[in-house]
Amino acid sequence: MIRPALAILRKDLRLELRTRESVPAMALFSLTVFVLFHFGLHRDSVEGAMASGVLWVTLLLATVLGVNRLFASEREGRALDGILLAPIDRTAVYLAKAAGLFLYLVLLELVAVPAFAILLLGPGLGGAFPELIAIVLLADLGLAGVGALVSGLAAEARARDVVVPLLLLPLLVPVLIAAARATEPFLTSHPGPHQLAKWLGFLGVYDTVFLLLAVAVFDYLLED
Amino acid sequence: MRTSSPLYGKGLRTLAIATALTLTAAGVLIFFYAPLDADQGVIQKIFYVHVPLAIVALCGFVAGGLMAIQHLRTGDRSWDMRSYVAIHLSIIFGVGVLITGSIWAKRSWGHWWVWDEPVLVSFLIVFLLYCCYQPLRFAIADRERQARYASVFAIAAGAFVPINFVAVRMAVQEVHPRVLSRTGNLPGDMQLTFLVALAGAVLLFLTLWKLELTSKNASEQLGRLRARLEAAPPSGAAPEAPPAPVGVS
Repeated sequence: MIRPALAILRKDLRLELRTRESVPAMALFSLTVFVLFHFGLHRDSVEGAMASGVLWVTLLLATVLGVNRLFASEREGRALDGILLAPIDRTAVYLAKAAGLFLYLVLLELVAVPAFAILLLGPGLGGAFPELIAIVLLADLGLAGVGALVSGLAAEARARDVVVPLLLLPLLVPVLIAAARATEPFLTSHPGPHQLAKWLGFLGVYDTVFLLLAVAVFDYLLED
Repeated sequence: MRTSSPLYGKGLRTLAIATALTLTAAGVLIFFYAPLDADQGVIQKIFYVHVPLAIVALCGFVAGGLMAIQHLRTGDRSWDMRSYVAIHLSIIFGVGVLITGSIWAKRSWGHWWVWDEPVLVSFLIVFLLYCCYQPLRFAIADRERQARYASVFAIAAGAFVPINFVAVRMAVQEVHPRVLSRTGNLPGDMQLTFLVALAGAVLLFLTLWKLELTSKNASEQLGRLRARLEAAPPSGAAPEAPPAPVGVS
């Protein structure tokens, strides 16, 4: 199961490297949303709860973009039929797509988080790097796992681009709660007490449940 | 693909009568037996509608997920139909939950919506998610695939219900520490009224569920018979066998 998944992942990454359709769009979109927040909130800088809210809502919205494009290469020219004809486990497709989305999200954050720190964040990202990295990676795992599942669910729907955000965003509310609450204390100028362990634990449970669930049910989406 | 056609109409009348009796009893208990709440007054009685509806709707969502698992495991389309009707009804009950919750919040806290009530907030998120069930389902043309995709959705969303509840509760707890759940320590007469109201809501859900399944099943059978009639040669030549009478009075 791992080898075909890696093959599909490699194909997706090569495609992304050549066409540059997803990650640059997600990054550019995040920058645009930061600008929107600057004007919408009428603030030059944000901190604390406001800052982590702006950051995570932006990342969630950028995820929607990535999820919408996730099966694009398979839909065009009905390439999915080719993958389904191959004698491989269907779960490999899910794992490859989730891993691909995870990498896209990490790349996106490498651009969007520093840009956020420069454009909007008041206090600066300071000395909380290990904690922030842990939060971001665990949250990304959840975003990628649920995102790939929703992408598969919406792949056959007619109004796909409408269904994806309407389905994905409520499912990601727990990730938003945990990630935003966990990040909040590290984005203030006077870091107070934090409950990092509690929220990281919750993210871990969320990731595990949805990854296992998606692995169990994804087969049925590709059965034809 | 297998499709069994159970007789959903069986026992429907008894169930409907039991529902009507329980709901009447609940109404009588609510207005004539249960005591007035000391600090909320008469508006507290909406509790006997709001909370049972919420419990039934949430259980309906989770039950829809369990039936969807059964559908994927057995491949029997009638399970998908059961799951679909359960979720459909839960959405309708959910509208009632949000409206009664809103009215209650307005009267007892002065706002139409309060964000520090974890049950209500997580209910809203779950409700928004399930509002997508039907658009997703009917955006897929192929019937067989529609059933499979809807089941996958129902399973994922069913698992989401408790996780989301925990997340919202954790988030709210941080701001407002809560002592106990509201229903934890009711006085006896209130508890009795609440239990009867809950039983009424459960029975109402089951009756409507059965009724909807019966009607869906009947119209499906009708469609099948009609298709056979059209496929059959014109009058004169008798069809191979008359269709078995359907057990509907």
